[in-house]
Amino acid sequence: MKRITIDPITRLEGHGKIEIFLDDTGEVADVYFQVPELRGFEKFCQGRPVWELASIVPKICGVCPGAHHLAAGKAIDAVYKVDPPPAAKKLRELFYSAHYVHSHIAHFYALAAPDFVVGPTADPAQRNILGVVAKVGLELGGAVIAHRKMAQEIQATLAGHQTHTRWCVPGGVSRGITEAQRLEVVEKAISCLEFAKTSIKIFDDVVLKNKEYVDLILSDAYSLTTHYMGLVDDNNRVNFYDGKVRVVDTAGKEIVKYAPAEYLNHVGEHVETWSYLKFPFLKAKGWKGLVDGQDSGVYRAAPLARLNAADGMATPLAQQEYDKFFQTLGGKPVHATLAQHWARIVELAYASERLLELANDPEVASPNVRCLPQATPHEGVGIVEAPRGTLTHHYVTDERGMTTNVNLIVGTTNNHAPICMSIKKAAKGLIKRGKEITEGTLNMIEMAFRAYDPCFSCATHSLPGRLPFEVVVREPDGSIAHVAKR
Amino acid sequence: MSFEPKIVGILCNWCSYTGADLAGTARIQYAPNVRVVRVMCSGRVDPSFVLKALQCGADGVLIAGCHLGDCHYQSGNYKTMRRFALMKRVLAQLGVEPDRVRLEWVSASEGERWAAVVNDMTEKVRALGPFTSGDGNNALGA
Amino acid sequence: MGKLKLALYWAGACGGCDVSVLDTNERILKIAELADLLLWPIALDFKYHHIEALPDEHIDVCLFNGAIRNSENEHLAKLLRQKSKVMVAYGSCAHLGGIPGLANFSTRRDILHHVYMDSASTVNPGGTVPLEKTALPIGDLELPKFHYEVHSLDQVVPVDYYLPGCPPAVDQVWAAIEAIATDKLPAAGSVVGADQVALCDKCTRKKSEKRIKEFKSIAQVIPDPEICFLEQGIVCCGPATRAGCGAPCINANMPCRGCYGPAPDVPDMGGKLLSAIASVIDSDDPAEIDRIVAQIEDPAGTFYRFSLPSSLLSGTQQKEAA
Ligand code: SF4
Ligand code: SF4
Ligand code: SF4
Ligand code: FES
Repeated sequence: MKRITIDPITRLEGHGKIEIFLDDTGEVADVYFQVPELRGFEKFCQGRPVWELASIVPKICGVCPGAHHLAAGKAIDAVYKVDPPPAAKKLRELFYSAHYVHSHIAHFYALAAPDFVVGPTADPAQRNILGVVAKVGLELGGAVIAHRKMAQEIQATLAGHQTHTRWCVPGGVSRGITEAQRLEVVEKAISCLEFAKTSIKIFDDVVLKNKEYVDLILSDAYSLTTHYMGLVDDNNRVNFYDGKVRVVDTAGKEIVKYAPAEYLNHVGEHVETWSYLKFPFLKAKGWKGLVDGQDSGVYRAAPLARLNAADGMATPLAQQEYDKFFQTLGGKPVHATLAQHWARIVELAYASERLLELANDPEVASPNVRCLPQATPHEGVGIVEAPRGTLTHHYVTDERGMTTNVNLIVGTTNNHAPICMSIKKAAKGLIKRGKEITEGTLNMIEMAFRAYDPCFSCATHSLPGRLPFEVVVREPDGSIAHVAKR
Repeated sequence: MSFEPKIVGILCNWCSYTGADLAGTARIQYAPNVRVVRVMCSGRVDPSFVLKALQCGADGVLIAGCHLGDCHYQSGNYKTMRRFALMKRVLAQLGVEPDRVRLEWVSASEGERWAAVVNDMTEKVRALGPFTSGDGNNALGA
Repeated sequence: MGKLKLALYWAGACGGCDVSVLDTNERILKIAELADLLLWPIALDFKYHHIEALPDEHIDVCLFNGAIRNSENEHLAKLLRQKSKVMVAYGSCAHLGGIPGLANFSTRRDILHHVYMDSASTVNPGGTVPLEKTALPIGDLELPKFHYEVHSLDQVVPVDYYLPGCPPAVDQVWAAIEAIATDKLPAAGSVVGADQVALCDKCTRKKSEKRIKEFKSIAQVIPDPEICFLEQGIVCCGPATRAGCGAPCINANMPCRGCYGPAPDVPDMGGKLLSAIASVIDSDDPAEIDRIVAQIEDPAGTFYRFSLPSSLLSGTQQKEAA
């Protein structure tokens, strides 16, 4: 038995590790994706005043703290049975749209673009954001940094800090913005929307006009037949901030559409001894192990899932891209893991359009940003779509608002089982007996994993960095038979 | 081996220390478990003194000052009382049992009372057993 | 001296500290000019054995963020200490234990039990808990050991400098990196990238005499944006917290929670805060004092929000017998 260890790969609310076991004939026997970290937020959030959780839970992840902040804000509103004034809701969604713009730009240009723009098996020294810039033009590099920064600045203007904001309070937000600030945000939003259009064009020119890439996206090694989850509005269109969670099956048929408070009827989490991260599954199907298909409980979340789970987008440009997405890829649902990257571009268009729409609404500059809670606090669930998947926060308190129970299902966690399965499938398809494991092979296995954007992506974009990656093939006695790395 | 509690007594100079002294000169028999630290006023007792004493191995801390109204600096013991009320809540959350830290008013003439307080506290702390504080540097995964 | 050899590492962290380095935006390129980045897991290729192979003290400066939560964090802290001339505890988690340190209010057993058995969505009839070693027919799978308690970096290895904040303010990060690169660091053991006074001393809110009959929760009030929080009966950690963050919370109309750590000469944030908060209570009547004190929400979790592991009592008395 040979064994390949990839450790550490990248960050996913902690660190990650992939173990690939080869059988005696050199075929892939099994693959394990392990998350070696636990911090225990669900426990130590207990005993805290529930309103304080809005500034504690974002420390789960400094890459998508905004998602945790808002999920907490909504759960806390529910605990206090208070409905924030319209201006507060719009401000939160405005903030969140900026968060998405920032996150999706970062992921696309740092992690996805190098594989497609430069090429999946290109020289690793070129396969990074600098390579992307070299290929599509120098001004692009500047534009990527500038727009990521703009999106961060919008978040800071609204919430006081670009990373660990303390802003959501029961019934609204702690402060509003001035008319002058609103106009500043409008300027930046216009620029972000233009940049989204540029990104669509780059994707179109470089990926879609290249048949080889479209075939790669649609190839079996990168396909997984699962159910899909995503938040939708009243018209079943994608929404990041609010709505109901819709789950569709492997054929795209709705299994369920549930309000946040009902999530426990639909989602369970399975535990394995070999990972600190749990494995969410659909209760309607049950946990059947790490398998895909119609009878499995495994579902996927994040951009591809959101597009599959919805009937469309709420803004014109995004809708246009949405239609094109499904036309090109052969109708709904799309099971191709690598289509996540295109889905992310569709969402970037939506986030930018929504950003501008909300910034143009004069009400966001209203000083009326909070309703004080009147009811006795008790229990609440808040759900938002984090860039990396449906994010559920569930809090229970005593009558003074002290937290007595906390449950969290975090964005990337939804995809824990699918990530394991996608890596396994890609490894099985790409590692063949007698065939040398090249750097290109490794990158193509990693692509299966990277498509899910397991967290640290946002951070890597600013540097010409790549995920560290190395595969060590060991003989049964532990001696190294083969090392491939970049 | 039987457990002998170590109790740190932090006593105000004007009343409580004199009271304790009286217990000694009057040859009142009482538990020898309190190591006394003298401060000018109970108002001088910073909460970190109490935390530090516990961290350094004390099993209990006894703070004593003048009766309310008798403080030689007017309001020192009122301050202590307010701090102590909040400290009790913090200590409880940190897992320190209520009987380990105590605030008492003992006047210069209350030698008997001092002895009774010490005896009572010693027995209560003895019943609780030794205090183990978070051991910082060496408890990793142990 | 050649180019500075710099390493960045995260342990039990959220990634926000790494993002704070990236948020120096354009200046990040300048960092690359000043220094060779030998190790930065989020951005650069790196393997544990690369670090192991380096000569001792090969790295000039290691910026270490995150708390020591498990055996892997501890191992890397020790390894990087050995390989680095200067060790910097970067951010509240490394500096004080940080938010993950709130876990020290609970025992390890209770944490594992809640997360893997009791939590609402967990379906675990067999009582499975992650194990350090799982023997599969195909081979063993290993996980790091989840420690009994959280530690700050300096409880595990000697630390030369502390750069506080959750995360550190971007300007302060930049100033500190420049100071490091140009060899302008103060005496070892100092806090860098922050001020020498308490946050209250820099706070621009209106202050008069504080007399409080009632403490209030943010859940119940909309604070006046101009007046000191404490004077409004809202617990604020400014009196015990080191200044240097630029007060983003105060400006967002939220009270401070102390992420910059203890102000100079404050041995224990909780001790200092409980004095400061108690001193504003406007009552001489024991029963009324108790009533007012009871209104303060979660005093230990608030006063030690970021510093429980490094506090005098570490919050670990409830630790189960090992
Ligand atoms: S100090 Fe704050 S920002 Fe840094 S890793 Fe810890 S929680 Fe994240
Ligand atoms: S207590 Fe808070 S609001 Fe008041 S002066 Fe200090 S930092 Fe400012
Ligand atoms: S105001 Fe307090 S909690 Fe906020 S950043 Fe500054 S030190 Fe940290
Ligand atoms: S002098 Fe005795 S309590 Fe103040």
